[in-house]
Amino acid sequence: MRKTRSPMRRLLQGIWQNRKARAGAVLVLGFSLIALIGPWLVGDPQSFDAVPLSPPSLSHWFGTTGQGQDVLAQTVYGSRQTLFVAFVTGLGVVLLGALMGGIGGFLGGWVDDAISVLINIFLVMPGLPLMVILAAWLPSGPTTMIGVLIATGWAWNARVLRSKVLSLRKMDFVNAAIVSGEPALSVLFREILPNMLSLLMTSLIGATVYAIGAQVGLEFIGLGDPSSVTWGTNLYWARNDSALLMGAWWTFIPAGLAIALVGFGLTLLNFGIDEVTNPRLRSEREWRKAVGAHIGDGPETVVLPNA
Amino acid sequence: MRGLFRYALRRLGFYLLAAWGAITLNFFLPRMMPGDPVSTLFGRFEGRMNPAALDRLQELLGYGEGNIFSQYVEYLQSLFHGELGTSIAYFPEPVSEVIQSGMAWTLLLAGTAVLISFLIGSLLGALAAWNRGGKLDNWAPAIFALIGAFPYFWLAMLASYLFAFQLEWFPIRHAYGANVEPGWTWAFVDSVVSHLFLPALTMVLASLAGWMLMMRSTMIQVLGQESISYARARGISERRVFLHYAVRNAILPSLTSFGMALGFVVSGALLTEIIFSYPGEGYLLIQAVQAQDYPLLQGLFLAITLSVLAANYLVDLLTAVFDPRTRS
Repeated sequence: MRKTRSPMRRLLQGIWQNRKARAGAVLVLGFSLIALIGPWLVGDPQSFDAVPLSPPSLSHWFGTTGQGQDVLAQTVYGSRQTLFVAFVTGLGVVLLGALMGGIGGFLGGWVDDAISVLINIFLVMPGLPLMVILAAWLPSGPTTMIGVLIATGWAWNARVLRSKVLSLRKMDFVNAAIVSGEPALSVLFREILPNMLSLLMTSLIGATVYAIGAQVGLEFIGLGDPSSVTWGTNLYWARNDSALLMGAWWTFIPAGLAIALVGFGLTLLNFGIDEVTNPRLRSEREWRKAVGAHIGDGPETVVLPNA
Repeated sequence: MRGLFRYALRRLGFYLLAAWGAITLNFFLPRMMPGDPVSTLFGRFEGRMNPAALDRLQELLGYGEGNIFSQYVEYLQSLFHGELGTSIAYFPEPVSEVIQSGMAWTLLLAGTAVLISFLIGSLLGALAAWNRGGKLDNWAPAIFALIGAFPYFWLAMLASYLFAFQLEWFPIRHAYGANVEPGWTWAFVDSVVSHLFLPALTMVLASLAGWMLMMRSTMIQVLGQESISYARARGISERRVFLHYAVRNAILPSLTSFGMALGFVVSGALLTEIIFSYPGEGYLLIQAVQAQDYPLLQGLFLAITLSVLAANYLVDLLTAVFDPRTRS
């Protein structure tokens, strides 16, 4: 990878020119916009004045919940906290992952050994029970949610970022910087991390997708704050108010579709970044992304010249 | 042999460290919290529980006698004897027995799903690689990207809504009907299978893509080797080349991952069980959350985590025996 004055800007321009990435970015930005200004355009999501479980109609476009709340208002309001928690968690996971992986991969020796053991312990622990027990004991709310999701999600990222740092560590320009007397931390932050910008970016997107799924899942089983309005608690109430039994599909379809659209947008964005930064591996990466990051370290596929 | 033994010891050390971490977290978590949830809990059960059981519960959750260090030692001792306290949601059953009652159902559901997913996914992956650029190969990533965008539990909820609630093709909840007696009778097995079908199907659909991708990758590699061209040049039938020359060589990495997946089998079906009210560990977990049954919650966390660690260790050892390259 070449060093330029502003690798970030170059990458962003490349992404915008890619069709998939642009479609993904539009989806994600669209939902972010809804989260920002939407709540002012719809009614109160917590008022109980409508007939419970009435199907979509002109007065309630998405119908009402089992307690007579407007599903459209709930979905729009829900996007705010859901996306906020997701983005903050994604950022936190990548920061912690880059810090742990970066320090381990860069310093090597016993520090790296200790960090690697820690990463492996977190990877072998089943995630959901750990999340459940943390969320059950801590006071419920967005801060707890973010903390729990970062604590249980950082290890995968740290492992990926560590191996990248490890490979960059051996490059000539890094050695040159070390020999010229640049302090270790400065080498890590000014030479190594900027050169893995695209990996950091795809990690950020991947971590955000993880954060949405895990957060919604935890809230769905009742470990969020049930009085807040998020996509996860909407689904929690849909299930608890026996929407399935009453055939009230409109109480759980909107939240699920919204989650899927944001997730799909983020995935498209990731495809696009991969195409921009690594066009040769395109089709293989698509498979990988479609499946998610949880696949083990299978052998890398050789890219066949005639395929 | 010596190398294997040393590898086994090293891995044992790692898993013991992880287990110690989980146990210690389990010990300290309730003690770090402000007293609120626990004291309200005690308030609720004063009078309903006998005083000795209440004492045990308080000890377990950090309100026992002595300083924190002696409490820790006591906690480890009682754990060693398999004592996890008394469940509140299933009072007066001991936690260990409640957990045991769910284990068989979890293993049945998750085990079936992992096995079927591995078999079908690997076959589809092999076929996709065999007909590279064909319909299956081109459409599968798009379909899986679409499925993958939805949260898994939401898809399971949708399936339960459509096929169990609306169409009534499958039972809505539980592992077998109320009208059959457990036992090796045809009626019971039939009821178990019909209750198992939909939850297992949703798990298979959600995990199929991983197996397919892995098999497709190795298969493409194997198909590029000269042994395949040679087999074809010898005039061996395509079917035989596919099964005996390509699939047989390409299945190894998938088998390793199959082992790893078995390691996580106890924790793999938690959400599915919650959606379908299937009486395994996941269902117990949500019962514990809803009833604020902290002893059961703590016990479940430990039981699930420790069985995952133990299973992973076992799989590591088996892999090392069959594939010496992993020992280094």
